[in-house]
Amino acid sequence: MASLRDIKGRITSTKKTKQITKAMEMVSASKLNRAEQNARYFVPYSEKIQEVVASISQGGGDASHPMLESREVKCTGYLVITSDRGLAGAFNSSVLRRVYQQIRQHHTSAEEYKLITIGRIGRDFFRKRNIPVDMDITGLADQPDFADIKDIASDTIQLFTDEEIDQLYIYYNHYVSAITQEVTEKKVLPLTDFGGESVGSTSSYEYEPNQEEILEVLLPQYAESLIYGALLDSKASEHAARMTAMKSATDNADDLIGDLTLSYNRARQAAITQEITEIVGGAAALE
Amino acid sequence: MSTLTVSVVTPDGPVLEEAFEMVSCKAESGELGILPGHIPMVAPLTISAIRLKGEGKSDRIAVSGGFLEVRPDKVTILAQSAEKPTDIDIDRARMAKERAERRLQDKQADIDFKRAELALKRAINRLDVYENNF
Repeated sequence: MASLRDIKGRITSTKKTKQITKAMEMVSASKLNRAEQNARYFVPYSEKIQEVVASISQGGGDASHPMLESREVKCTGYLVITSDRGLAGAFNSSVLRRVYQQIRQHHTSAEEYKLITIGRIGRDFFRKRNIPVDMDITGLADQPDFADIKDIASDTIQLFTDEEIDQLYIYYNHYVSAITQEVTEKKVLPLTDFGGESVGSTSSYEYEPNQEEILEVLLPQYAESLIYGALLDSKASEHAARMTAMKSATDNADDLIGDLTLSYNRARQAAITQEITEIVGGAAALE
Repeated sequence: MSTLTVSVVTPDGPVLEEAFEMVSCKAESGELGILPGHIPMVAPLTISAIRLKGEGKSDRIAVSGGFLEVRPDKVTILAQSAEKPTDIDIDRARMAKERAERRLQDKQADIDFKRAELALKRAINRLDVYENNF
């Protein structure tokens, strides 16, 4: 049986761990609020841009752009969004597992795909497995600005324009609620799915100077906005996942402290009983 | 006099939503002035200032590209960044201008040149909007 001192030591260390996890839980909770707000702020922009893109590409008819056309797939791009830090439960591992399976299933050689990772965990995961990572960005702020990811987003889209990749998928955790996040696979390029019905009938636009030139400006911006949207979504998920993970860690610490306190008291009681028995025994021997 | 609602949205959130009587801006194809009742239109914008005029008030907004969507009673400006003069970080803009100028003088690879040129344009635009407001 462990000595009183041992148990006491374990109780103290568990209590300290609990303080840390509790603090991390609270930090994540407030970051989650901010991240949720950022994601909300982004909605009007994405809705509007989607509406305009949809009405041009569907209403126009003669409008065409390389980004709207599917071509034969020789090389697939995967953009994987993970976090920089761990301690977020299954947040990173579930996304990475999904991507890893996809790559295993669909590709036999490294020339058939290109990987772009956002977040340190994702980059290290693939490097460790000898899968080349073509581009990566790490150290993003918890509340990223559009400017922070603009470069990687436009470089990724450039890959598609240069025909280095023929389609692009994003993998990220979609934020459903504070306790549920879903691994989501989204096809970004070529732009085929505009989500929702055509709105072309209600708004037939005049184009200045013409449709092609507008698409030239609009589509890259739209694709970048999709990537940014996924990132915001993923950030909210990250904080939510970390909050939940830290909450359960705190709860576990509580349980552990309860159990340890119980065995501490038992051991203390046993020691006292033993002492009394010894004293009584000693007194009895003297009589 | 009739008005149109102007809303400016960026990925980092809405910047402005107010009623104005006239919007003038610089599109890729040239200057555009928009009054209420304009036919629906879409046009890409250059890095420039958007001037908004309303009853006894006028406002300027620095945009970095993006585009403009016009409906008879509403103008929506979608830009990757847009700032009111009061929101402009003037020191940052000045620094960006200096940095871009230095890069342009160095004359390195082609892509850097283009990027620096755009950065310089954005910085000058911000400074311009800021200074003309005060």
